[in-house]
Amino acid sequence: MDGISLLTITVLAVFVGFEVVSKVSSTLHTPLMSGANAIHGIILVGAIIVAGQATHPWVLAVALLAVVLATANLVGGFVVTDRMLEMFRGRRGAAQKQEKPPAGGPPDGRSPDIKADEGMSPEGKGSVR
Amino acid sequence: MTLLDPTLTSLLYLAAAVFFILALKGLNSPRTARRGNLIGAFGALLAVVTVFFSARLDNVPWILGAIAVGSGVAAPVARRVRMTQMPQLVALFNGVGGGAAALVALLELPHADDGWMRLAVVFTLLVGAVSFAGSAITFAKLQELMTTRPVVFPGLPVLMGAVLLAAVGSGAAVVLGGSLALALVLLVLGLLAGVLLVLPVGGADVPIVISLLNAFTGLAVAASGLVLGNVLLVVAGTLVGASGTILTRAMAAAMGRSVAGILFGAFRGNSTAGSTAVSDRPVRSSSAEDVAVLLGYAQRVIIVPGYGLAVAQGQHTAAELALALEARGIRVDFAIHPVAGRMPGHMNVLLAEANVPYESLKEMSEINSEFRTADVALVVGANDVVNPAAKTSAGSPIYGMPILEVADARQVVFLKRSLRPGFAGIENELMYEPQTTLLFGDAKESLTKVLGAVKAL
Repeated sequence: MDGISLLTITVLAVFVGFEVVSKVSSTLHTPLMSGANAIHGIILVGAIIVAGQATHPWVLAVALLAVVLATANLVGGFVVTDRMLEMFRGRRGAAQKQEKPPAGGPPDGRSPDIKADEGMSPEGKGSVR
Repeated sequence: MTLLDPTLTSLLYLAAAVFFILALKGLNSPRTARRGNLIGAFGALLAVVTVFFSARLDNVPWILGAIAVGSGVAAPVARRVRMTQMPQLVALFNGVGGGAAALVALLELPHADDGWMRLAVVFTLLVGAVSFAGSAITFAKLQELMTTRPVVFPGLPVLMGAVLLAAVGSGAAVVLGGSLALALVLLVLGLLAGVLLVLPVGGADVPIVISLLNAFTGLAVAASGLVLGNVLLVVAGTLVGASGTILTRAMAAAMGRSVAGILFGAFRGNSTAGSTAVSDRPVRSSSAEDVAVLLGYAQRVIIVPGYGLAVAQGQHTAAELALALEARGIRVDFAIHPVAGRMPGHMNVLLAEANVPYESLKEMSEINSEFRTADVALVVGANDVVNPAAKTSAGSPIYGMPILEVADARQVVFLKRSLRPGFAGIENELMYEPQTTLLFGDAKESLTKVLGAVKAL
């Protein structure tokens, strides 16, 4: 890909990054930071590419070290974020007992399988103001 | 093995990038946060599976083994970590990510055949190394493997300047000549810079530094994406870099600090204030029974939980005490400072774990005017977040941080281990005020005793 396209993508990504977190409450700062932390673990993809092209044993060794570190970042990051957010579920459950949940959305966190993704896009759009 | 069509690969990477954006968006609201995180994990899985089918890779068994090792170590740790120790774990994960980016860049240097590429390599190396070493020091501070106080020594600014200058020099040489040896020098200089960057940061500011280093790692990953020509890495890294920057500023604002002040304050010598000396002025200490009487015959009690409560794992006992008081017809609220605990929002997580109902968790802006109507403010293992020095003492390291106005309550009860200053290393004048009572001991033990005494009233 040529330089200008990459630059365009980078600049747009900066604005998206600014935009998606601009109005988050301090309650969620910690999970958000942890989630963002997990996302940069995607350097694993880079580490895999480098390891897959390694021909010299030393290069392979260093690349595999990078794979281990990146995996720890990626897997550990998502798992620890999920654990933090698990704590909010009980709270939300308590809140729901007292007051009706806003909008008739699907019960949150009750279906933590991949299927939930399909329902995500419209809801994500809906919450953009 | 048949390889995926390059267009399809790009589309799959695009999908993963969209999942990451949706993940960050979802993490914005408590309702969608958990799903957001799972979407992010799914995006990552998609990307990792894609890479195996998109290029001819050798050493696949080795790579799979390394992935197994990484997951095998990280997942159980992340599952088992106590919630109080979670900030340092996040720091650690962030650091290894930065380290991985630096290593990837180092290995790509021989293949980087123009100056711009090598510039991206240099950037990744340096920023990744800073993030790795900085996070390691952050981890050590939070785990209390080293002092939580700012570490400063006379030559620090000069040394930092020299290291950065040397880094720029060797970086320029690598961009021009592509020398691997100099790249290694750069890596070491980056590690050194990371250590020097975090050493002078005081304990209370460490969470903000974690967030900043998180943004750094994001940028390093984005730059490594430029080196490898991988759009997904560019997008994901930039997203984290940008959102991490905003988040860092938001966290700093919640503490009334500026990011520059936190990082460079110590260099100017104004964040090192705070005495280690424990004053020998008289305080009023009392017994659990006395505290129980104070609480039991109050009409309104506000509990201010702090990190000490979390360390002692006393959040469940605190919740029980609140229930026992409510059973006596007393109104009980929890006043949550935005940075109570060691990261913004940390205390909410801990109390939610103890099943404290959402409605009794009050944010600072909401509760501050209500301390005036409270009979007792019960401060459990908190110190800096209620320290009036933040308002009155301009030289104090926490000056300007918004605090919970517990001094407005008719009585203030501190449950503390000792008179030792808090994480920021400064004394709390409030403890010597006439309306203040102290009950010394481990937060959980004290709470258990008070709970027993309240029940016996």
